[in-house]
Amino acid sequence: MSAHRLSLPARLTRHAVLIVTGGMMLLPFVWMISLSLKPPGEIFHGGFSLLPDRWNAWENYTTALTAAPLPRFMLNGVAVCAAILALQILFCAPAAYALAKLNFRGREVVFGLVLVALLIPHQVLALPLFILGYQLGLLNSYAALIFPFVVSPFGIFLFRQFFKGIPDDIVHAARLDGLSEFSIVWRIMLPMAMPAVIAFSIFSVVAHWNDLFWPLIAVRQEELMPPSLGIMAFKNEEAGNDYGPLMAGASLVVAPLLIAFLCAQRWFIEGLTAGATK
Amino acid sequence: MHAHPAASPAAVGNAARSRRRGEVLRACALVGPALLLLLVLFLLPTLAILGIALTDWQFGAQSLSFVGAANFQEIFADATFRASFGNTLVYVLIVVPGTVVCALVVALLIEADSRFRSFYRAIHFLPFMATLAAMAIAWEALLHPTIGLVNQMLAAIGAPTANWLRDERTVLPVLAIIGIWQNLGFALVLFMAGLKAIPRDLYDAADIDGASSWMDRILTVTLPMLGPVSMFVVIVVALRAFEAFDTVQMLTQGGPGKASELLLYTLYRESFEFLRTGYGAAITVVFLTIVVSLTLFQARVMDRKVHYS
Repeated sequence: MSAHRLSLPARLTRHAVLIVTGGMMLLPFVWMISLSLKPPGEIFHGGFSLLPDRWNAWENYTTALTAAPLPRFMLNGVAVCAAILALQILFCAPAAYALAKLNFRGREVVFGLVLVALLIPHQVLALPLFILGYQLGLLNSYAALIFPFVVSPFGIFLFRQFFKGIPDDIVHAARLDGLSEFSIVWRIMLPMAMPAVIAFSIFSVVAHWNDLFWPLIAVRQEELMPPSLGIMAFKNEEAGNDYGPLMAGASLVVAPLLIAFLCAQRWFIEGLTAGATK
Repeated sequence: MHAHPAASPAAVGNAARSRRRGEVLRACALVGPALLLLLVLFLLPTLAILGIALTDWQFGAQSLSFVGAANFQEIFADATFRASFGNTLVYVLIVVPGTVVCALVVALLIEADSRFRSFYRAIHFLPFMATLAAMAIAWEALLHPTIGLVNQMLAAIGAPTANWLRDERTVLPVLAIIGIWQNLGFALVLFMAGLKAIPRDLYDAADIDGASSWMDRILTVTLPMLGPVSMFVVIVVALRAFEAFDTVQMLTQGGPGKASELLLYTLYRESFEFLRTGYGAAITVVFLTIVVSLTLFQARVMDRKVHYS
C-alpha cells in the first residue's frame, strides 16, 4: 500500500489521528502512574497536571509494598506462572512429537480429542475443577492455582504444527545415533521449535499473570494470591480510597509484562495473537 | 529395532510387527500423560457439567436428584439471569462493532505509510496485554465522579458529567468502552496481518483502472479483500466480549441494580458464592453453547479464508 507516497497533508493527518487514538489507549496508564506519584491532597483536589507539585512517589510505593503483601503477590505470580509453563511444556512437547512424527493407531482420535479440548473455554471447566480440587483437598494452595493448567491443548496443537515442519530425516538420524524418543523431543525437536516455544511461553505467562477468574475461585488466603487477585484484595481493603498507594500497587502489577513487551514487541504480538485466535 | 539386512521375509514381517508394537509403546509413553490430563482436566469435566446441569445439587449437600431441564426453565425465568443475558448481548453488540471499526481505521492509517509503524502498533496493543484487574483500578480513577479526569474535562468544557459506574444508564456502555479499549490492539494486529496478505498486483491493477487516490484504493481493493479477515476478527472479538468478567468483578459487582450483570459474572456468583451448583452448571452450559457455536463458525470462516490467501 505504500507504493504511493502520501502527500504531506495526508501524512500529517495520519500522525495526528494516530497520536490522538494512541493517546486514548495510553491515558489509563498515564493517569495511573501520575496518581501514584501524588500526595492525597493533590489527588483529591483534582486538576489536570500529570506531575505532582509535591512528590509523594516514595511514600505511595513503600505503602503499596509494605501495607499490602504486594511483593508476595508478585512472587506468587512468578512461581505460579513458571510452574504452569514448565508443566505445560513437559506434558505437551512429547505428546505433540508423537502426534507429529509417530505412526500409531489412535493417533487421529487423540488429535481429535486435542481439538475438542481446544474448543472448551476455561471458565466452563471452573465448576467441575473446583469440585475436583475440593475432593482432592487441593483448594487454597499453590497446587490449586496450577493444576487446571498443567496441560494445554493449544500447546500441543502449536508444537505439533511446528514439529511437523521439521524433516523426518533428522528424526531418523537421531534414532540411528541411538537417541531415545524422549531425548529426541528434548534435545532435537524442542530446540528446533524455539519460535513456537517462545510464542507459547509468552501466551501462557501473560494469560496466567493476568487471570483473575480462576484464582478468585481457587484461593482465599492472602499469602497465596497471584497479582491480579492480590490487587483486588488490596483495593477492597482499607486502601480502597487511598488512591496513591493503590495506583502504585496497580502500576507495579502491570509493570513486568509491559516492560517485557516493550523489549520484545514482535514476540509478544505473535504469541498473544496466536494464542487468542488458536 | 531395525530389520536385519539379510533377514528372511518372515523375519522382516516379525521385525516390522515388533517395530510397530514398539511405536505404539513409545507413542503411549509420549502421549499418555498428556492424554490422561486432557481427559481429567478438560473432557470429563465438560461431560460432568452437562450432567450436573440436570440435577438440583447444591455444593456441600449430601444428596442430589435428577431434575431434567428444570434448571434451564428456572434460569430463563429468573430476573437476574435474564438481565445478565440481555446485558451481555448489549455489551457484545457495543464492543464488537466498536472494536472492529476503530481497529480497522487505525490499521489502515498505520499501514498507509511506513513511518512509526511499529511504534503506533505497540501503543495501541499495550492494553491488550496489561493486567485488566489492575487497569480497572486506573479506569475507576479516571471515571471517579468528582476527582476523575473524565468528569473534570467534561466540566471544563461545560458538558454534563455523570457518576459513570453508579448510574444504570451509563454503566454498561462504560464497561463496553473499557472492553473496546482492551481489545482494539488485538483486532488491529489481526487487521494489519490481513492487510499485508493482500497481493501487491491488485493495487497496481486498480491503479491502471484509474483508482489512484488512497481512498479509491481502499474502497476498490483493500476493503473487499479484507472481507474474510473482518469476519474472523468479528468472531474472535465477540468471543472475548462474551468472556468479559474482570471489569465487572473489579468495578461494579453487577450493579447498580442488575445493570451490569454479565453472563460470566452471574455464572461466578451462582456457582461459587451462592454455591448453587446445579443452577450454576446450567448457566455454564448456556455459556459453553454460545462459545462453542461461535468457535465452530469461526473454524468454518478460517477454512474459507484459505481460498483468498
